[in-house]
Amino acid sequence: MRCYMKSLPKNKIANIYGIAILLLILSAVLGVLLGASGISLTDMLSSLVKGDIESPEVKILLYVRLPRILSGLICGAALAVSGAVVQGVLANKLASPSIIGVNAGAGLAVILCSAFGMIGGWSLSAFAFIGAFLTVMLVSIAAKKWGASRGTVILMGVALNALLGAISDTVITFNPDVSVMSNDFKIGDFSSVTYAELIPAAVIVLITFLVLITLSNELDVLTLGDENAKGLGMNTSLMRVVFLLMSALLAGAAVSVCGLLSFVGLLVPHAVRRMAVTESKHLIPLCALFGAGFVAVCDTLARVVFAPYELPVGIIMAFLGAPFFIFILIRGKGGHRNA
Amino acid sequence: MLELKNVSAGYGESSVLKGVSTTFEKGKLTSIIGKNGCGKSTLLKSILGILPLSSGKVVVDGNNLHSMSRNEIAKKVAYLAQGKSTPDMTVEQMVLHGRFPHLSYPRRYQEADREIARKAMGVVGIYHLADKPLFTLSGGTRQNAYIAMALAQDTDYILLDEPTTYLDIAHQRELMNLLVKLANRGKGIITVMHDLPLAFNFSNTVAVIQNGTVVAHAEPSEICGSSVLDEVFGVKIERLPNDKFYYDY
Repeated sequence: MRCYMKSLPKNKIANIYGIAILLLILSAVLGVLLGASGISLTDMLSSLVKGDIESPEVKILLYVRLPRILSGLICGAALAVSGAVVQGVLANKLASPSIIGVNAGAGLAVILCSAFGMIGGWSLSAFAFIGAFLTVMLVSIAAKKWGASRGTVILMGVALNALLGAISDTVITFNPDVSVMSNDFKIGDFSSVTYAELIPAAVIVLITFLVLITLSNELDVLTLGDENAKGLGMNTSLMRVVFLLMSALLAGAAVSVCGLLSFVGLLVPHAVRRMAVTESKHLIPLCALFGAGFVAVCDTLARVVFAPYELPVGIIMAFLGAPFFIFILIRGKGGHRNA
Repeated sequence: MLELKNVSAGYGESSVLKGVSTTFEKGKLTSIIGKNGCGKSTLLKSILGILPLSSGKVVVDGNNLHSMSRNEIAKKVAYLAQGKSTPDMTVEQMVLHGRFPHLSYPRRYQEADREIARKAMGVVGIYHLADKPLFTLSGGTRQNAYIAMALAQDTDYILLDEPTTYLDIAHQRELMNLLVKLANRGKGIITVMHDLPLAFNFSNTVAVIQNGTVVAHAEPSEICGSSVLDEVFGVKIERLPNDKFYYDY
């Protein structure tokens, strides 16, 4: 009997993982080292070794830079993976949490929470998730019920974004004390992040990510189309809801920490796919690694470029990300395939 | 044997299939023909359970197919839908998904699954394209990749909905030869066809559907000798001395 033995190239994927991990480590180290206060690594380490937790160096490290860099990493990973999942489930590479209104849904929920006095913790994350989930389900059901084309889904998302934004602005107009609805929140920003916001979001992101990894084949089978996936024994309706739920959990957790950070959910999955990474079992972890690294680097730049003044990270991301995104689209000779 | 016993099904209030009873055998290629909207695709979806039956049942080797779980059904019957997307994956990755129903959570393809996928690609003749992304392939080769996926699913029956659509005549013939090859290997192949000469020249049996019922199901020569095609399509199939079929428009 003829035996077919051939292995797919693994070196390339290993190299991509290597680059992603390197970017992640580099971004984390730079995030810890660099900042407006100009504290050196040796100062921080010596204070830490001495156990002098009241020293300014240790306080800056533990309560300013560490939560900030961790939130950059976590939100970057969450939004990038959320984008990859939404794109897979809707079979639409133009989709991302910010474009189809998922972030805006989470944002509205956060604003409502803030209006009612909740400024952090599990309840904020929970409401952000509910806002994100309701929005993504609305888009998904509408797309299926009316057989909307891929372009129409995006247009519905744009309309939904405008509507949710208008509702948010209305809440602010009648309740100006809602501190969360600052420009920083709209653009995306880590400057005021606290452990109270970060810890629930981190737990949600980590658990969701681990579950997603176990469902990577299901996500790939969904891209074969509804009927073919059913022919392979999949309960497609159930799986679609499960994936959208996880996508909303990730986006909601991120928005509850950093606001309406856009672009990363669109840019990172595209960039990773352009490296010929197609299987979700690699796409999801690589989106997490590159998304984390990218946002963390952008946040560090946001802190140091005009130090002691800070820019919201969303601005830096747009400055760096937009030209890069256009570059990878042009280099790929039009990102229209399957779009 | 795959049997349909008085199967009725439809979409919402409208009933498309009306009490269909017929059988499909392993080792045979059956073409289902009929006018647009007569219920050909509905018949395939009803067999698979994608579309719930309003009455009747589908029996495979003596077992009621729809009393089984989706996974169990997918181990008995493979299905390739009409409108296929071009997923962003390589040929081998897609063919491997044919093993999906054979695994349980968390589904991880093992070396045995990879070997089955490689064999399926070998049978279909696309093993040398294993690493190629699907979007780089022609429509005909991509169709073959889908068939390899169905083959890796390791079922007794494979249902195909208009597999020759969008293919040129050379690729249509190549595809039909492949289906004949799979039938000769013992698979029960049930395919919806629009091209009558193609269906008659390659199939062991032809099922003719009209208004949701099977009005004829027999060998091509028998159907050719009857008036059923004239009644359904308003055309007549002729049998040439070389045993090939053709028809005039």
